[in-house]
Amino acid sequence: MSFGPQHLAAMRMGTTLLVAFLASIVECVEALTVVLAVGSVRGWPSALAGTASALVTLAAIVAALGPALTRIPLHLIQLAIGAMILLFGLRWLRKAILRSARLIALHDEATAFAKNTAALRGNILVEKPRWDKLAFATAFNITMLEGTEVVFIVIALGAGGRELMWTASLGAVAALLAIVALGLALHRPLARVPENTLKFIVGVLLSAFGTFWVGEGSHIAWPGGDLSIPVLMAAYLVLALALVPLCRASAQPVAEGE
Amino acid sequence: MMHCIRSVARELLGLIVDDGSFAGAIAVWLAICIMALPRVAAGAHWAGPTLFAGLALILIESVLRFARRKK
Repeated sequence: MSFGPQHLAAMRMGTTLLVAFLASIVECVEALTVVLAVGSVRGWPSALAGTASALVTLAAIVAALGPALTRIPLHLIQLAIGAMILLFGLRWLRKAILRSARLIALHDEATAFAKNTAALRGNILVEKPRWDKLAFATAFNITMLEGTEVVFIVIALGAGGRELMWTASLGAVAALLAIVALGLALHRPLARVPENTLKFIVGVLLSAFGTFWVGEGSHIAWPGGDLSIPVLMAAYLVLALALVPLCRASAQPVAEGE
Repeated sequence: MMHCIRSVARELLGLIVDDGSFAGAIAVWLAICIMALPRVAAGAHWAGPTLFAGLALILIESVLRFARRKK
């Protein structure tokens, strides 16, 4: 059986579509994991606004620069955004450990409520803040970082011509839509997870992603490449869980909501 | 203009800095790893785990220090 040029072109386009879809879905899942966790803990409006802003920014950059984007060194983006995500993540994880060890109040909301009540008693009207900068910044950063990777994948796969570029873009868009559908299906079950458990998970996720990206950005080798991410998650989780009883043992705990 | 830049910087700093010495230690360790590890351990598989180990130690020290202060 022989293949003509048309068959070969169709096969190449099919392969490009599949590879773009699969490679993009891996990056999108990484972003979705963090956005879902941040949205569940800190609130959806800010997390979704951060994600949407990153997508719009990315689209504007792609429209303005196009293939010239590949000249921007990816490792610098990975390093800068990775360091920021790592600082967010470790700060978050530290607080989650201290909360679980009952060394700081388990519910920030209780403190906020007490402050609001005190303010209202003094006839000062305090509105609940609707804008969560941390949620916005975290969702923006992770979407920007993973989105940049998707853009690089599309440009690399579509380098062979205009048709291939469209095919690779189609694969990436299909991956994005699949991930949006997955996010819609998962966000309700996530709401049933206890708040502090979610905060713990967010700290672990951000710390693991941040550590990995700082390493990648500074050309530090990871055993197993991207497979190091779940290993880092497991390592941070084990470490944090082990630290909770250690902290409890070294201190006199405070009452919940204090 | 300067006031605007200063408040943006303050907002950004507030997002990532909770405990000054904790954030400072992370920044110093990252700087050491970024500058030294690619030179002394180019391609070595222990380089990544070394970055993680330092961060883990900083986290352990910070939470235990906080816990001891609560005694």
